[in-house]
Amino acid sequence: MAQITLDKLAHSYLPNPQTDADFALKEIDHVWQDGGAYALLGPSGCGKTTLLNIISGLLIPSKGHILFGNEDVTNLQPEERNIAQVFQFPVVYDTMSVRENLAFPLVNRGVERGEIEKRVAEMIEILDMSDKADRKAQGLTADEKQKISLGRGLVRYDVNAILFDEPLTVIDPHMKWQLRTKLKDLHRQLGHTMIYVTHDQTEALTFADKVVVMYEGEVVQIGTPEELFDQPAHTFVGYFIGSPGMNVLPAEVSGKKAKIGTQTVSLPKGYKGLNGQTEIGIRPEFVSFTSGKGGLPVEVSSVEDIGRFKIVRASLEGQQINAVLGEGETIPANPKIVFDSAKINVYERSHLVKGEA
Amino acid sequence: MEKPFNNKAWLLVIPVFILVAISAIIPIMTVVNYSVQDSFGNNQFFWAGTEWFQQVLESERFHNALMRNILFSLIILAIEIPLGIAIALTMPKKGIWVPVCLVLMALPLLIPWNVVGTIWQVFGRSDIGLLGYTLHNMGVDYNYATNVFDAWITIIVMDVWHWTSLVVLLCYAGLVSIPEAYYQAARIDGASRWAVFRYIQLPKLKGVLIIAFLLRFMDSFMIYTEPFVLTGGGPGNSTTFMSIDLVKLAIGQFDLGPAAAMSLVYQLIIITICYVFFTVMKNTGVDKSATGGEPK
Repeated sequence: MAQITLDKLAHSYLPNPQTDADFALKEIDHVWQDGGAYALLGPSGCGKTTLLNIISGLLIPSKGHILFGNEDVTNLQPEERNIAQVFQFPVVYDTMSVRENLAFPLVNRGVERGEIEKRVAEMIEILDMSDKADRKAQGLTADEKQKISLGRGLVRYDVNAILFDEPLTVIDPHMKWQLRTKLKDLHRQLGHTMIYVTHDQTEALTFADKVVVMYEGEVVQIGTPEELFDQPAHTFVGYFIGSPGMNVLPAEVSGKKAKIGTQTVSLPKGYKGLNGQTEIGIRPEFVSFTSGKGGLPVEVSSVEDIGRFKIVRASLEGQQINAVLGEGETIPANPKIVFDSAKINVYERSHLVKGEA
Repeated sequence: MEKPFNNKAWLLVIPVFILVAISAIIPIMTVVNYSVQDSFGNNQFFWAGTEWFQQVLESERFHNALMRNILFSLIILAIEIPLGIAIALTMPKKGIWVPVCLVLMALPLLIPWNVVGTIWQVFGRSDIGLLGYTLHNMGVDYNYATNVFDAWITIIVMDVWHWTSLVVLLCYAGLVSIPEAYYQAARIDGASRWAVFRYIQLPKLKGVLIIAFLLRFMDSFMIYTEPFVLTGGGPGNSTTFMSIDLVKLAIGQFDLGPAAAMSLVYQLIIITICYVFFTVMKNTGVDKSATGGEPK
């Protein structure tokens, strides 16, 4: 187990990268705590698998270094790094039994026989697979196979980190939840550093202590689920996280006022010297309807009832805006909306700007 | 919804039935007819019962030919299957060499049997053949026309040259279809090169290997043209396989009765072996379909 340091890491699949756009992974400089549960979240092609393969050693980065603890492992092969990886499609050795599968990495490392038996028995216990221990791995279900590939990593006590590459993709929905809970339990129980790649925000937010959001090869924010929700550092994080995502409205911001078209909204903090494109972001959860004075008039275009609450799609000064309507709430005749002003974020060129009190 | 039941669908089977009747059933029945009769000139036939079958099954000539066939097939399989796997493993998986390798591998498969026989017949001659001449000048006493061992070696090498490609191509297709994640997982598990072969590649190749095995067995068990062209079954009877013997009997000696009985026995042997293979294949299929797993 070790803390993972990404030291000015960048990667390009081209032999001679010139511009920023040539990099599949733009420079990242960060330290990941020992024993943490991290999720790499982002849409397809954002570089998250590239980053994972650099950590596991399947790829050697074009720039920078990666350290496990104090050891530079940048040029080490995967088998020398002492990590475990669970892939998108479950990898099991078909002709071996469950028990033999779990023993395989230990046998390859020449661990003593008695020790292997002890650890494998323990692992079968942990994975709740005692009834299938001596079955061939071939006939098992996808989620059981995925548990075995996880077990092959965990059975080596001393792995530096366990990497997951969208491990729930081929799992049935009802088993996903169970397997995710199991992962969380194992993390709590065994305390390995876990890195989990996914494009599913629910998976990322429920699994991880810290979520690393990636966008076009760049890490745009690393934070707890709460931070990502309340203070997205980038407009992309705003609308990627949350369902529906954050409303991002072009606005002119000066001092404690933001002008959206002809309307003015007051901000909790003052902003000075902004230039370039400015936007304000407000989550649909913090947009509410009012019939009183001072709201912003909107035109409601549709209402989607999704059970516990409703999503109202409306337009404000020609801008699309979403609001969440709680149970029992109704839309007034002349709909006007108000923002919970403490929850408004201001963005300059898509990046969050901290205001002054 | 009720499913309609009527017997009109049988009409759809009629074309196939007619074709099979003309191409297989009627000729076979003719053979069956010959096999139980003795023929003389002027188209005179006399009932012979099971006499020819007894004669074939008891004849040493048939036993010897059968043994030669079995030995040949075993040697061919023992060489071509491992060699085919080994070559497939060394072939590149991507890059410009892939099409080059594939075309080179496919070339021998495109050459007709009798041409292969002729090529090797010339190739092995000590006066004008490259191989024969070279060996002769190196002091090796090589002559496939007079030496039994040389004749066998030549036929075996010829078959290996002609057909190993088939095994290679099948195995290559099987290998390319193994997802990269398996190899990555094996590296992370610290598996040796041998373990990767034994626990990942070989199990994944099982399906194509059964097909390769089946095809090569059937083909080699029916071998005719190449030894016929190369040695004509000689020296002596040393390369007279069942098919060659059968042709000698039927067309050379015009013993229709014994030849018909022999061809039926030959066919029965092939059908039996194919049935065994078919059963094996079917069982493998069952194992495979369980991979998807059923929900608990």
